Amino acid sequence: MRPLTLRRLVLQCSILVVILFVVVVIALKFGAVPVSLYALGRDLLRVVFGQSSQISSDYGLIVVNIRLPRILLGIIVGASLSVAGTSFQALLRNPLADPYVLGVSMGASLGSILALIVEPHLTISPLLAALLTPLGAFLGAAATITAVYFLGRREGQIDSATLLLGGVIISSFLSAIIMFLMNTLSGNLRGLSFWLMGDLSTPLHKSAYWFLGIGFLLATGAIYTTAADLNMLLAGEKEAMHLGVDVPRVRLVVYIAASLLTGLAVSVSGAIGYVGLIVPHAMRFIFGSDHRTLLPTAALCGAIALVFADTLARTVVAPTEVSVGAVTAVVGAPLFIYLLRRRFP
Amino acid sequence: MSSGSALARNPAESARLAGDVRLSVEQVSYAHSANPAQAPLFTLEATSFQAKPGEIVAILGPNASGKSTLLKLIAGALAPLSGRILLNGFVTHALTPRTRAQRIAVVQQESTLLFPARAWEFVLQGRHAHGRSLRFESQDDVLIAKNALAQVGAAGLSDRWMDQISGGEKQRVILARALAQQPLLLLLDEPTLHLDIAAQIGLLDALRRLAAENRYTVVVVTHELNLAAEYADQVVLMQRGRCLRVGPPANIYQRELLEQVFQTPLSVEFGSSGRPRVTVLSGT
Repeated sequence: MRPLTLRRLVLQCSILVVILFVVVVIALKFGAVPVSLYALGRDLLRVVFGQSSQISSDYGLIVVNIRLPRILLGIIVGASLSVAGTSFQALLRNPLADPYVLGVSMGASLGSILALIVEPHLTISPLLAALLTPLGAFLGAAATITAVYFLGRREGQIDSATLLLGGVIISSFLSAIIMFLMNTLSGNLRGLSFWLMGDLSTPLHKSAYWFLGIGFLLATGAIYTTAADLNMLLAGEKEAMHLGVDVPRVRLVVYIAASLLTGLAVSVSGAIGYVGLIVPHAMRFIFGSDHRTLLPTAALCGAIALVFADTLARTVVAPTEVSVGAVTAVVGAPLFIYLLRRRFP
Repeated sequence: MSSGSALARNPAESARLAGDVRLSVEQVSYAHSANPAQAPLFTLEATSFQAKPGEIVAILGPNASGKSTLLKLIAGALAPLSGRILLNGFVTHALTPRTRAQRIAVVQQESTLLFPARAWEFVLQGRHAHGRSLRFESQDDVLIAKNALAQVGAAGLSDRWMDQISGGEKQRVILARALAQQPLLLLLDEPTLHLDIAAQIGLLDALRRLAAENRYTVVVVTHELNLAAEYADQVVLMQRGRCLRVGPPANIYQRELLEQVFQTPLSVEFGSSGRPRVTVLSGT
């Protein structure tokens, strides 16, 4: 018997933090323009000490102004999608659940687009206007997961196959609406492929990173308070209730928080698939299915995976690049099929 | 309203009035319908019985007799249409899930996990209701879980994966998790359903010993006539949503009654132990 201790949890997370650091360094170094490790270290130290003005070289500007924000975005988006995926898998009792597969990402995309369409017609302050897209994405995500949840229920029980099919159908329906909107409306809505596939190349305002980071921490923190309850939900809602879990409360908290995470991620990066599906499985394989370990390790590994995938997306066909969503789909879809074959023989 | 029944509404008072009774099912009825406008698909007519600490009650009946519904009502998972169920004077349905889990443990027919877990992890979940959600398990919790596994003779299974042990072993681990809850009331729904005969006897022997040692009140739902006769102190005989009889097996096991309830010819003999034994007669 080896019950979880805080010490072991911190140790496991520290290992992943080290790996994340290494991946971030790699991501900073490689790209269309190569940068030496020495220059990288020098420029980063200058950023840390607030001497950004001394970074004069073009290389430094590429690293600090282009690659670093993009990596930060990758960390937050990857972690958000992984935590959302972990939560959906436990709550829906479905190993194949993930924001993308369930159509939640498409819901968030559509919500973002609608917010972008509505925004110019509203007379509100710029701050509120900036919040409108993530709010639309959150509402889109929450509406979609609610619809999928009710579609997937049969006689009071969640039916795995129906749930997934419901997600797939809703997803294709929503992407059709997105295509329709993109084709009929022009304007500053970003490209169609951004909303359907997702990438991390869009530069954001500095305050947006704070907003994303704080939103991620709040939502993940809320989900983490239910970590032990999620362990019990793996055996079903009835059993969880008999073990003392307030199932409706946990369901509400986790659905809202996971929708928020998906909405935040999609509003800045579009619909990036499969990160939220594969990462939780990898972490479960390594660390076991205790959500008190799974949630933080999945967050860290999601960050690692997406930063890594984005580095590939930037470098494999340099000097042009592919959507990071294409990279995650190329890796994720075969793994999805493997999981599908294993779970439904 | 008489002063007596007014007094009985007060939990502490009714516990005192009830004396040694731990579980009191009082005129409980239930109706289930798919749609409130339609006639109910299933009804449970007013049912009453009481149980003391250390006592094993078997809810016996054929399929669709309402035995599982009665168990869910006792567990507090369903709200009765009328009547009430008191555990040490508290209405079980009105307790929060947490408080309920501290007092009532439920062992269900099927327990399939979405992702694999080790037996000890599974048993430790029984401690959840006794701690705060985010707290890591204490040494006490570990000790209680170990004890629970030892009590059902499953100490050796501690490090095994739940999906790699036999049905009988799994049922023991599930029982151990229920014991780890340190409940007053232990509810089991068809616990012997998928077990071979040796595992059935093993489980029920363990149950009888635990009920005596730990003073649990045990309520078991079953359709196994002979197992109920052998192990139960009280039998609640159900048929089509009605409670026909309540009493010790010797009083309930009458040939005509059982033949009528189970719709099959059978014979009842009384062994040297004084417990009845049923033989189902084949049609020819």
